[in-house]
Formats: sequence, structure tokens, C-alpha cells
Amino acid sequence: MTINFGNPDRPNSYIGRTVPRPNARRLVEGRGRYVDDIVLPRMLHVAFVRSPHGHARILAIDTGAASAVPGVRRVFTGADIAEFCSPWVAVLAHLKGLKSAPQHPLAMERATWTGEAVVAVVADTRAAAEDGAALVEVEYETLPVVTDIRTALDETTPLIHSELGDNLAFRRLHEHGEVDAVFAGAHTVVEASFKTARHTGVCVEPRSILADYNPAEGQMTVYHSTQAPHMMQSVIAQHLDMPEGRVRVICGDVGGSYGIKVHVYPDEMATVAISRAMGRPVKFIADRIESFATDIHARDHEIDARIAVDGDGRILGIDVDDWTGIGPYSVYPRTSAIEGNQVVNLCGGPYDFAAYRARTTVVLQNKAPTCQYRAVGHPIAVAITEGLVDFAAEALGLDPVEMRRRNLIRDDAYPCTSPANMRFEGLSHHASLTKLLELMDYDGLRAEQAALREKGIHRGIGIASFIELTNPSPFMYGIGGARISAQDGCTVRMDPDGSVVAMSGVTEQGQGTEAMLSQIVAEAVGVPVTRVKVVTGDTQTTPYGGGTWASRGAGIGGEAALQAGLALKDSILTVAGSMLQCAPDGLDIVDGQVCDKAGGEARMPLEELGRIVYFRGDTLPKDLPRELVQTRHFITSDYPFAFTNGVQASYLEVDTETGFVKLLKHWCVEDCGRVINPQLVDEQIRGGIVQGLGGALFEECHYDEDGQLLNANMADYLVPMAAEMPDMVIGHVETPTQESLLGAKGAGEAGTAGAPAAVMNAVNDALRPLGGRVTQMPFTPARILASIGVE
Amino acid sequence: MKAAAAGYVRANDLSHAISLLAASEGQARVLAGGQSLIASLNLRLAGETALIDINGVTELCGIALDGDVLRIGALTRHRELATSDLVARHAPAISQAAPLIAHAAIRNRGTIGGSLAYADPAAELPACMIALDATIVVQGPAGRRGVRATDFFIDLFTTDLGEDEMIVAIEVPACAPGERQVTMELARRSGDYALAGIVLVRRENGARVAFFGVGPTAVLARAAMAVIDREGSPDEAAAVLDQDIQPLDDVHAPASVRLHLARVLLRRALNATLAAEVGHV
Repeated sequence: MTINFGNPDRPNSYIGRTVPRPNARRLVEGRGRYVDDIVLPRMLHVAFVRSPHGHARILAIDTGAASAVPGVRRVFTGADIAEFCSPWVAVLAHLKGLKSAPQHPLAMERATWTGEAVVAVVADTRAAAEDGAALVEVEYETLPVVTDIRTALDETTPLIHSELGDNLAFRRLHEHGEVDAVFAGAHTVVEASFKTARHTGVCVEPRSILADYNPAEGQMTVYHSTQAPHMMQSVIAQHLDMPEGRVRVICGDVGGSYGIKVHVYPDEMATVAISRAMGRPVKFIADRIESFATDIHARDHEIDARIAVDGDGRILGIDVDDWTGIGPYSVYPRTSAIEGNQVVNLCGGPYDFAAYRARTTVVLQNKAPTCQYRAVGHPIAVAITEGLVDFAAEALGLDPVEMRRRNLIRDDAYPCTSPANMRFEGLSHHASLTKLLELMDYDGLRAEQAALREKGIHRGIGIASFIELTNPSPFMYGIGGARISAQDGCTVRMDPDGSVVAMSGVTEQGQGTEAMLSQIVAEAVGVPVTRVKVVTGDTQTTPYGGGTWASRGAGIGGEAALQAGLALKDSILTVAGSMLQCAPDGLDIVDGQVCDKAGGEARMPLEELGRIVYFRGDTLPKDLPRELVQTRHFITSDYPFAFTNGVQASYLEVDTETGFVKLLKHWCVEDCGRVINPQLVDEQIRGGIVQGLGGALFEECHYDEDGQLLNANMADYLVPMAAEMPDMVIGHVETPTQESLLGAKGAGEAGTAGAPAAVMNAVNDALRPLGGRVTQMPFTPARILASIGVE
Repeated sequence: MKAAAAGYVRANDLSHAISLLAASEGQARVLAGGQSLIASLNLRLAGETALIDINGVTELCGIALDGDVLRIGALTRHRELATSDLVARHAPAISQAAPLIAHAAIRNRGTIGGSLAYADPAAELPACMIALDATIVVQGPAGRRGVRATDFFIDLFTTDLGEDEMIVAIEVPACAPGERQVTMELARRSGDYALAGIVLVRRENGARVAFFGVGPTAVLARAAMAVIDREGSPDEAAAVLDQDIQPLDDVHAPASVRLHLARVLLRRALNATLAAEVGHV
């Protein structure tokens, strides 16, 4: 079976077209159903007493006054919850040496970060639960706090978990080629240190869970705002000691996730355990302060790096020493070593060079745990790589574009393997760069920049090439022992009226997964897209799958939907051939009608076929297969990951008196293989860029030396907002993966991967005449002013 | 978080509001736009506070010119300040400040009386009052009194307002012919509290400069004003600003950066008043 994607006039040509999202109107009208919209009979609410200390021993807990508050039903300590939920240790076998300590839903002997849940108060309303929580008395003995990354392993630094022996969670060194010799003999070596700020995802809908244990049937039903329902089903079953088949996770509408909602959170596990203990539905909705203090953070990295080049600007070697702090525990079950590991895997990714050394050192600290957040590790690796490339170009007097032209992997060099051992099936760095330069009128912008500099206006142009890891195979988590599916499935069914229902294991987080699936299924079966209903987010009704992470929804879930849809089409045509007394392969389905493949003449509407199959099956031959339900699964096999590539550019103006940066315009050309819905892909890229711009200019979790989070609110934690965002121009080069018929790779994280580096290079381009250079994100007025010696 | 249980009474008129306030013996808070108060209740920072809702008190509404005084009712919303022709003509500094206050939804609800009573040092309006030498009119059971803005703002979130008093109006000297007013701020994002802000008023009898976002209260920059009044240059005025403001370090900027930005603003504001007829619409 092939589809002529190159012909936009082919029948049912939904793949490649902008099709309206089926759920958009419902959400815009406020008729979505988020977890907090669900109200169950006898439902209770839980509020948590959280540690006010970065590190403290829990000496005593007095719950007497809290229990007496009207409406409070029960108060749970860590020991109480531990009777219902076993602890977890977040390690994976393929991340050799990774260690972490057992973590319980509520702190047991010690609290290890400000915000860690210590006591749970369960009441008729959230307000009553908070009334009770305010009266719980916890006696703490404060303990020494570890906050600094670089000194976390010093002998004089106290241990966070003494049983681990040190504060080192994970370390990996990767070496390829003769690094020391290459650097010793290079024409030019440029060194730089970088910092990326600890920040977080800030979902519009906070973390939300409603657990409903029904003792009469031994069934746990969990309504959860999550990216990975099947993963959560497995985790809940394991730690509550229930059969997986007795746990059902339902995920309705989700108000953004960005990786925040793909992890196991202690307070959510406590909520599930409380429902088990009390035999009643229990709801927990994180408020904004809880979100800042307990949602996973990310990107807390400090890096020393260097690049060796020859006199022509050819990259000879890259050497990276990455340090990151992950909080007191590795986060379950994906672990907190992945981000540092990605930095090792991704640095230098777009370039053809020989000698590579990268080490990541992952340490424990008394801050909120960090884990995978949109574009895991990419913004860090791209900032390191593209920062070094620009600094090397500057040292040699080369234009940044020419520097990249000389070093990007040739478009005809694939397949190939990078010095980091990443395998690339097919990328398009040069074609993408060419398209970017056209879109932005690079030469024109350079001329404008020069003219304005004469007037004392400091504008900068920054370029950042990148690769993005998508469509992961079991090499990401499964081989390490995690019950996280890299395979995904789709069941497609035709009902009597000729309409189609598609049930998929990938999930809708607000990004348009259901729109993408509906147009693939519509094309595959041959029905109008309005006749396809997509069901996701229910472990009891959808095929088993991984959900939403690592930009896998379209590439993995989309291919499963395409194959299931094509299989259903075959089944329909088998029946149609019998009914019409002709060969099935002479027939086609177009726009909901069975028709002649050759002439296109309509022969029978699908509702007629449905009527016969479902209500007058007696008129069909006895042995005729009439399976109008088909399921297909898809998993990648040829490559561990489907890498995509792209290049971004930022144009901005620095006010050298105030240190303020004004973003003027942003461009991104990327190659995610087959584009299924151009508008959805472009908006994914734009949204990703916005999050990247946030990291570059605004977002930073400020902790003091006692481990107190100082800006856990929307006034002091600056998320990027519309007024400051530039126009963004998006372009595409399409290099479909050969692993699937659909040919789609992921697009969800490309924007975030490259935007911070593009902004960094643009700021430094603007500051260059003044001798300024910034490498510590976010680029605040204070940091920019300091770099040029003002104030 | 959810607010703790609290009392609520809707005042019918000004005398009713004042009698409710007196009867509460300091336990009640006046609810106007609620843009800071409701947030603090929801954060359980304000305790179990009873609310006296003055949104129905019509005596507190309205903007009027009375001779050479512009009188602004305490319940005037920020959006009304931003769109009022009277404010634009007679208090352009306020007209320029109003669009800088937070976001549209907040400007629709927030009131000038609420902003002044809250006395957030990063807010625009207290600095406007100080620079304009406005009078804050307050009323309690003992009657009505006027307080000069420079005497009204005492410390962080602390004013001269008695616990049984509320703001009823603001009286601003109307902008005279030849007078120039300019409000400027440097905020990271549109609607944010500024890293530093300035209100500059150049009157025949001298310049008045107030800064916000650079200390525990909005502050009158007397040393800089003296330099301006003896016709010193913008650079000379900026140079003495360290005598007027002593910012603190915080997550948004070190103190030295705030002082630097205040100097930039002073130079820019002075140059703006020199370059054009700023403040006359």
C-alpha cells in the first residue's frame, strides 16, 4: 500500500492539509472537561502540609487540632500512607551507576526540599482541608542544606541521603577520537562557560488528579491530567499492590503538560492511596504555589566547554563538562539522569567533526526535583554548541553563516553516525539553512544592522542549528526496565451509519493530537474528516500505548492510525466486493462512498454497507469476513530515535543603557518529515519557540542558600507573554522517515530546542562592538549591563 | 488555595461604610476593586478578614474639575483614569501612568483609592500623587481630613490612614499652562511591576520628581530636584540620585541596577520635557 503524498489532488487528501481541530470549539466554548470539572458522589478533597525547610528532620506531628476542624474527615502522616503505598527508587538499568533513595508519597523521617508534602488533610471541601492543614503542627529539626551544584560532591558538603555515600546521582563520560591531541594541535581553541537557569513548565491547568477506589469491585479509577495513562496505570498498580487490570486511568482534557505531567508525583500517589484507604473518591488540584514548588523543574545546568577549529574554521573537536543539580531524588520512573545524558548525546549534533568528549555530572540538592521538560536537554546542548560555534567564528573573523556552511553535515551524507554515537537516517541542515536565509533576507538584515549601528542602535542577529530527538524506541526507557511503552496502537471501527471511531494510545494535551489522528484516519479509510471520532486517554478502552512524550504522537501513534485505517478500508472493500459482485481491488472509498477505482463512479454509500453488515448479515455469504474493527500497532525498529533537524534565527535590539532586550523577529525552518497538519505543526513550533524565549530571557527559579524558593508566583516568575513575543516565521523542509508509510517525525520540541541559543547568539552579536558577552540565562538587564561594564 | 471563611457586608452609602468600619474595630477591610485584597485573601495572608464592600457607594465615584483642583473619587477605576479627558488635560502624569498599571482586566476593576491605601511601593499611582503634590482626602467617624501625599505614604504597605478611616477622594493641583508632566517606567514585561519608574512634574515654582519600585515607598527625589531647579544638566541630576533612593537587592535586579535604571529614567524624562511639550494634550 502506498499513498501518493506528492499529489494534493488525490482522493481524501487530508494528510498535509490544515484541517480544523475537532475539539477546538468545545474548548473555546468552555465545554471541555478537565479533572477539576468532575464531581463524584461522596467525593473528598485533600490539602497537603508542606515542608517549610529545605532539609529537616521530622521530630513530631500533632494532628489533633486539624482533625477537629469541621469537615475534616481524616489526617494522614507519611507512616499512615506508607501502609497503602510502597516507596519507589527511580533508577534505570541502562543509565549505569544512577542511584537514588527510596521515596514515599509523604516525607517519612526527613523532608528534603521546601514544598515536599509531609501531612495530608482530607475534608469535604478544599477550603476545609486547608483550614485543617493550617492547624497541623509539625516539629522540625533543621538540617544542613545543599544547594550549590559545583560543591555538592566536596567532602565538606553534607550528604542528603547518607545511605548513598555521596551526593552523586549519576555521571557519564563519553569520548570519541583523540580529543586531547586534537585540542593540543588545533589552530584555535575557544573556551566558554554557560549556565542555563532552573525553570519549570507552568501549565495553564495545574496538576490534577481524582482517584476513586470502589471496594465493592476492587477497582481503582483515576481521572488524571497526564501524558501517559498506561504508565500511570502500571505505577499505581505496582505501588498500591493491585493487579494492573484493576486500575483504570482516564485522561480527559488537559490544559498543557510540556513534560510536567509525565512523571510520578508524591502528592498524587498519596491521593490515590488515600482513596484506597478511605474507599471514597479523593480529589487533589495543585494550586499555583504548589505548582511552582513541586512540579518538576529542569535545565539547572552549569557547563564548561571548548571547541577546537582549524584555520579555515573546520571544527576539529568539542569538549564539554556539564554539571546539573536534580533535587533530592531522581524522579520516578523516567529518572532525572536523562537530561544530562541528552546533553552528552546532543552536543555538536549538527556538525561533522572527529573528536568529542562530554561528561555530565548529576548531583543531588535540596531543591525541587528536576526531570524531563519539553525538549529535554536540547536547549542546553544547542546553547553550548551554537555558542561555541559563534565564538569560534568570531575568533577567526568568519560570518556565523559561513562558519555553519563549512561544518554542517552534508545533506547527502546520510545515513551516518555522530561522534556521540547518534544515528541519523536523513537530515537537511544545508537545505534548511538556505531556506532560512531566504526567509529572513539575511544580507538585508546585516545591512540594516550595520546602518543602525552608525546611529548607536545595537541590533543582533543570531543563528542556531539544531537536531531534535523524536519517535523514541524502547532504547529510551524500556531497555532500562521501565514499564513505558514505545509502541503505540490504534483501533479503528466503522459503525452502521458509516462513521468511524478511532481509539488511540497517544494522548491529547491541547496540542492537537486528536485533529492529527482524525485526518490520518479519514484519509486512510476514505471518509470525510467530520465523520471520524477520536477517543484517547482511557486505559480500559484504547489500545496500549505510551502517550505523549519525546515528540512521538504523530510519528508513532499516527502511523498506527494510518495502518489501522488502511486495514479497515480493506475489510470494508472485502464486504463491498461481495455485495457489488466485483473484485475488492477494483474498488476504492472516497468521501464516504464505495466507488470504482478506475472511473471513480460511486457505487454505494458506506451507510448502506453498514446497514447490511450490522442488520442484514444474513444476506451476505456465510464465510465472508465482515470485521469492521481493525487494530494496528507501530514501533520503530531501524533506528533508536528519528532525529529531526532545523535552524532558527533571532533578530533583536539591545538597549545598551538599560540592558533590556526587544525581540524583533524570529524564524525557524525545520524538518519533521511528513507534515500532517501544517497549521498545527507551525503552532507547535511557535509555542515551542515561546517556551525557549522564556528560558532565554525571563524564566528562572530563584532559590536562596537555605533552599527557599523566592519567586513561586506569577508576578515574580516571569513567563513569556504575548506582548513581548516577536512575529515568528516558520518554514519547512520535508525529509520523511523511511521507517513508516506516513513518514512523520516529531515536531513538538524543535522550537524550544533552538530558540535560547538563537537569542544568545543575537544578544552577543549586538553586544560585540561594546565588548560584551553573555552566556548565563536568562539574559536579564542586570547580566547584560554587567557584561558591558555599565552600572 | 482557598480563602478562609470571612464576613461580608455591602455598604449602602458613605456614612454606612464608615459606621461599618468603625464598628469592626480594625477587623474589617474595605473591598473596592479587590485586585490586591482578594489575592491576599486567597493566599490566606490577610487572615479571616471581614469585608466591607464599597462598590455601591456612589459618593466615591466621579472625576471633576473644581477651580484649579482636579478631584478624583476613590472608587475611580484605573481604566477611567486612562480614558478620562479631564485627567488627560489636568493631570497628564496620571493619564500616562494608568495604562502602565498591570493588565486590562485589572485596570477594569482596580481603583485609585485601593491602590493608594494598599501603598505598594512598586505601584505607579502613589508616585504620581507625590510628584503632583496631591492631597489624599480621608474620612472616619471623626470627620474628613486631607493629607499631603508626601505625608501619607509612611513605609512598605503602611500609610497615615487610621484603622477607622477610608480614602474618599484625591485632590490634584490642575496642570498649569507651561507645566510639563511625564511618567515613565522600565518593566520586563508589559504589565509587570517596573524595575524602576519615574513621575516628573515641571512647574513654574520648581520640579518634582518621584520614583517608584526603588525602595519601601514611592519616594520624592529631593536632591535631584534641587539640581534641576538650579538648572543642572540631566547627568548632574542623575549623579545625585543615590542621595534620594536606596533600592534593595531582590530576585529581579540588584540594587545597583535599579539605581542605574532610575538614573536612566531621570535623564530620559528630563530630556523628554526639554524636547517637546510633554504633558499637554
